Amino acid sequence: MAERLRADLVLEYPFTRTTGPVIGAFLTGLREGIILGIRRPDGTVLCPPTEYDPESSEPLTDLVEVGPGGELLSWTWVDPPRSQSPWDQPHGLGLIRLDGADTPMVHGLLVDGPEGLSVGMRVTARWRPEREGHIADLKGFVPEGADQ
Amino acid sequence: MSADPSIPPAALSGEVSLPEKLADVEPVRSVRTPIRLEYDFIPGSASSGYLNAFADRKILGQQSPVDGAVFVPPRGVDPRHGAATPDYVELPDTGHVGGFCVTRLPIPGRDDLEIPYVSAWIHLDGADIGFLGLVAGIDTSEVRMGMRVRAVWKPDDELGCTAENILYWEPTGEPDIPVTAAGTNAWHAKQAAAGEPG
Repeated sequence: MAERLRADLVLEYPFTRTTGPVIGAFLTGLREGIILGIRRPDGTVLCPPTEYDPESSEPLTDLVEVGPGGELLSWTWVDPPRSQSPWDQPHGLGLIRLDGADTPMVHGLLVDGPEGLSVGMRVTARWRPEREGHIADLKGFVPEGADQ
Repeated sequence: MSADPSIPPAALSGEVSLPEKLADVEPVRSVRTPIRLEYDFIPGSASSGYLNAFADRKILGQQSPVDGAVFVPPRGVDPRHGAATPDYVELPDTGHVGGFCVTRLPIPGRDDLEIPYVSAWIHLDGADIGFLGLVAGIDTSEVRMGMRVRAVWKPDDELGCTAENILYWEPTGEPDIPVTAAGTNAWHAKQAAAGEPG
């Protein structure tokens, strides 16, 4: 009987992508410490912004500032985070509808445990001091009024 | 409506309006999105036979029960007919270059490859398809389709169950195979003669 074989393999690519003007603007905003949504013709605001209207497929171009506060619409608890996660501590992942936006975005919730989270609670953005134009410039969201 | 594919859609090329705070800052134009997948590879029976044989400096293919075509590396099946290929055949470590590529830019994660290097489809004597290998021991400008090569193996005490046992393929110095009979050209000619799809 031949030896039973097994190997640990890694597949890895160091991609860099061009952003286009809409995603580029969103990332520019993150670098500057503000969150951008994009306005649809009916006045509603999508955040994160998309390049096209999800119903009419028309290009969208009107970027507007939203947040930094918002409402937690739904959440789950992550413990432990995977090795490639942007977070090295247990944390929440939530759908956050920022003030001025009509759709929620996914991001991390930085609290000590799941007992610190509830649907409908107010949260606000926490930023990294060093920012480069990446979603991780936004460290995550904390309960509004938290002294973190 | 027919769009010109060479013109990007409006939202990807057009102007956007920004809040005043961002009016004078340098816009972000690119973003790093590295990906990484760690996984366990457990070979099936055909690949296991192939990899185990490497430890004995042997290269195994499998033979189609339909027309005798030899596939290397073996995959346990003749993909043209959906027929199982249980029979291994031992192949020599000589063949020819069926096609090749000279790479002059470094690849992230492969610091062991000195540029420029040549990767090639190696068509072993007795095999009907090629498999990938490095060609060395010759100036990159001298590599050509149909060039005869032989395997350069790691020392015996470093052999493992891996295709990495073959360090590279070097020229034998024998006369070239004619280009019309090299690489997949031979395969297509054979398939056409047998009335099979190429």
